[in-house]
Amino acid sequence: MNPFLHLRAWLRRALREPRLDLPLLGALIALALIGLITLYSASDLDRRLVLNQALRFALGGVLLLLLARVPPNVLRNWTPWLYLGSLALLVAVALHGQGRGADRWLNLGVVRFQPSELVKLTLPMMIAWYLHARELPPRWLTLGAVAMLIGAPALLIARQPDLGTALLVVASGVFAVFLAGLAWWRIFILLGAAAGAAPLLWHFMHEYQRDRLRMFLNPEADPLGNGWHIIQSEIAVGSGGITGKGWHQGTQSRLEFLPEHTTDFVFAVFSEEWGLIGVIALLALYLFIVGRGLVIAANARDTYSRLLAGSISMAFFVYVMVNGGMITGLLPVVGVPLPLVSYGGTSAVSLLAGFGVLMSIHAHRKFMSG
Amino acid sequence: MKKRKSKPGKLKDAQGEATRFGKRALAGFLLIALCLSGLAARFWFLQVTRHAEFAARSNSNRISVRSIPPTRGLIYDRNGVLLAENVAAFRLEVVPEQVQDMTTMLAALGHVIALSDDDIERFAALRKSKRAFDSIPLRLKLSEDEIARFSTQRWRFPGVDVVPYLTRAYPRGADFAHVIGYVGRIDAADATTLDADLYAGTTQIGKTGIERSYESELHGRPGYEQVEVNVDKRVIGKPISRVAPTPGKNLYLSIDARLQRAAQDALAGRPGAVVAIDPRNGEVLALASAPSFDPNLFVNGIAHADYAALLNNADKPLLNRAIAGGFTPGSTVKPYLGLGGLELGLRKPQDTVLSTGEFFIPGQSRGYRDDVRGGQGLVNLRQAIARSVNTYFYSLALDMGIDRFSAWMANFGFGKPTGIDLPGEAAGVLPSKAWKRGRFNQPFYPGETVIAGIGQGYWVITPVQLANALATLADGGVRRVPHLLHALQDGLNAPRVAVSQAKPAPNFIRNPANWDAVRQGMIDVVNDPSGTAHGLGDGFPFVIAGKTGTAERFSRTGEEWTNIATSAISRHEVLFEAFTPADAPRVAVVVALKEGRSGAYDAAPIARRILDAWLKDDGGSDTP
Repeated sequence: MNPFLHLRAWLRRALREPRLDLPLLGALIALALIGLITLYSASDLDRRLVLNQALRFALGGVLLLLLARVPPNVLRNWTPWLYLGSLALLVAVALHGQGRGADRWLNLGVVRFQPSELVKLTLPMMIAWYLHARELPPRWLTLGAVAMLIGAPALLIARQPDLGTALLVVASGVFAVFLAGLAWWRIFILLGAAAGAAPLLWHFMHEYQRDRLRMFLNPEADPLGNGWHIIQSEIAVGSGGITGKGWHQGTQSRLEFLPEHTTDFVFAVFSEEWGLIGVIALLALYLFIVGRGLVIAANARDTYSRLLAGSISMAFFVYVMVNGGMITGLLPVVGVPLPLVSYGGTSAVSLLAGFGVLMSIHAHRKFMSG
Repeated sequence: MKKRKSKPGKLKDAQGEATRFGKRALAGFLLIALCLSGLAARFWFLQVTRHAEFAARSNSNRISVRSIPPTRGLIYDRNGVLLAENVAAFRLEVVPEQVQDMTTMLAALGHVIALSDDDIERFAALRKSKRAFDSIPLRLKLSEDEIARFSTQRWRFPGVDVVPYLTRAYPRGADFAHVIGYVGRIDAADATTLDADLYAGTTQIGKTGIERSYESELHGRPGYEQVEVNVDKRVIGKPISRVAPTPGKNLYLSIDARLQRAAQDALAGRPGAVVAIDPRNGEVLALASAPSFDPNLFVNGIAHADYAALLNNADKPLLNRAIAGGFTPGSTVKPYLGLGGLELGLRKPQDTVLSTGEFFIPGQSRGYRDDVRGGQGLVNLRQAIARSVNTYFYSLALDMGIDRFSAWMANFGFGKPTGIDLPGEAAGVLPSKAWKRGRFNQPFYPGETVIAGIGQGYWVITPVQLANALATLADGGVRRVPHLLHALQDGLNAPRVAVSQAKPAPNFIRNPANWDAVRQGMIDVVNDPSGTAHGLGDGFPFVIAGKTGTAERFSRTGEEWTNIATSAISRHEVLFEAFTPADAPRVAVVVALKEGRSGAYDAAPIARRILDAWLKDDGGSDTP
């Protein structure tokens, strides 16, 4: 048989199969295309950069398809080992890491790799695994154990230092607990305690992180220094207006006023060029993906699958919120990419892997034999 | 604990967990929708509410206004001879960011095109104030040879380029250095007084002479170009809009280039000055100062060595002697004083004075000498001027008294700048009580009045001042402001528009007969056998009237009056003033030399050469 026809037949089967949720898949593909188009403009028509990103999407896509074929039961059985393995990698990075600015990377010879990205997946898996066997809703004791499970990797990541990823990791764990039905009164007590501990957090922060926070509170105080990024980003967003300046017409990024315009600030480029209409459409697409993920979670077969799918979906929202808040000056500058739009390999791959798990959970949902 | 929770028998409530999860998922979704709505509201706030503000800030980020410097106006003489022009030249420019090793490159380049230490120093200074991608001039005014040599080796020098530009050139060079002046780079001192908007993009400004006094006319208005720049202010793409600059106005001077040439020629570098004025209108026909210098040296920045040579030259070539050189007028003031004697009623034309060789103030024993030992006998005003008899003017000055003397002489403009349209004019000194009180805090002594009568003592005049006094006398008592600018022109094909001149002062001579008597004396100076400069008018078609002056360069602190016959030649400042035609004067010339034997011997022949040139050129015609 012709290998091409073979591939086509396989693709057709893969797409028709109920294991893939087509609305979610369609939304992800749309998002990836928007990402590539935006990157092409933000990089000032750099084809190589766009091709690189497309290759990562392809790699992530393959990973998604592979994970979609792994039943949740198998994943659950492997969960503690995956968690411990990723924790070990984090320790390895802490000892031998390399990377610019922050020690996040582990060089595996062939690929350089960020173990913290792996934790984004293994941590919610671990929490789901742990809560799956507990009586729900969780009580204080269970919460304490969960806190330790979250805290260990989060602290290792935070001291790399990579506050953004640590935040995402913590969020995915917290969402799992929330979805497990933690009583509201316990939630409010925890929120109160967190607010009380905020000054302690300040104490543990790096100086550059404190600077970012200060700048966030008053960017105009140092318009040419640290506040520059925030101000230029707000100018980019605000000057886009309702309809935007048009694709590749965004002067703030094209003329390099906007820093990091292919990575952390790519949303500002998008906002400048597509305006409020584009922004709302994009936010709606993100909301759709999150909502679809939650629907998949609600229909999942067991607690493990539910909690895992739910926390992966809600963590996805955190990316959008933190990144969008940053480029509009609503939140301090934290290095969190705009999912599937920002240029950068590891986050795209790990996000798509997460959606692979969602697909698998979808495939093995309630009322389905399998 | 783990074990206890999952012990058999206590089944997990799977259905309840699923329901609870459903509620929580819905709550989570609503929370997320709320948060994203909040984010969308923030976008609304930035993109709708504050859109105008951010759009403006985005534009001011990206649009930079570049000014396009105007082309400087040209300068012509009265007949359209070009005196200052803009010529295309080539300069070597370097873009530092494209040069790997600047020191090595400059050393290698130095073998192809001569680079002086000045060039390299100036380049290094400019480099500090420019960005790395700016093109910075290294060597100005390349010769054709240098351009050819560089072209063949250009591949060796990435980032180095030959670039055309407009530079100021003075084709008449040293002849007009003291009239036109020169332009030079705008320096820190200029920058503080300039209108920054008007001079954005302009690199040069008039430093001296006409270039400076008519800077605002010559400069023009800059144009503007809106360009898009990136965060480093580097220009991206084509200009968005453009407003063309308005070139400066062309200037037509009253100077006659041929007369000017004759004047410089006749001076032949001897320290001194020549000023020729048309007494009918105050137009300056020639204004020469010697020695002169090449103004082209200054345009693109003068080399240290050249500048040091000019500064250290004992003859001070940079000093404009025509307007800032102080001379003792000597006998050249006699016609003005003689006219004063008549006008003030102190003398009648026929009144005589006995010249015995020495003049005494009544009651004083000090003698004031005549030029001729033993005196010249009885002389009237006409003879006194023709033969330059000191005694006549000693006694007249004494009779007049210093107050009336200074008041009368002030009518001719002595002691004050004439107001000629050149920067740096000196005021000179007209002896007066007030001046001496202010300068020395002393009263004026009669002996000083006596020597003031023959243009000695405290007197200091500038050649342009004497020329203007002469023109005032020649025109019968109407004093004008001498001027160089004759007409302005807006572009090459526009008509010349004559500039309106200051109104002349009212005629102060009450009796024309008095003026005629003085004129007769001045005619005799040149035309009577007894005249101090007789023979000067031989072969000249018009009658020349003149007066010599030979001044002692003695210390003014004493009243001692030494005999000129015993003095060294170099101790005289020599002058000659002349106007012609005597009956209807059209030109008045003053020649002043720092050193000479006598006014008649050294200065008068120079005046004649200028009058000859005037005759050939303009003497026949009435209007320019």
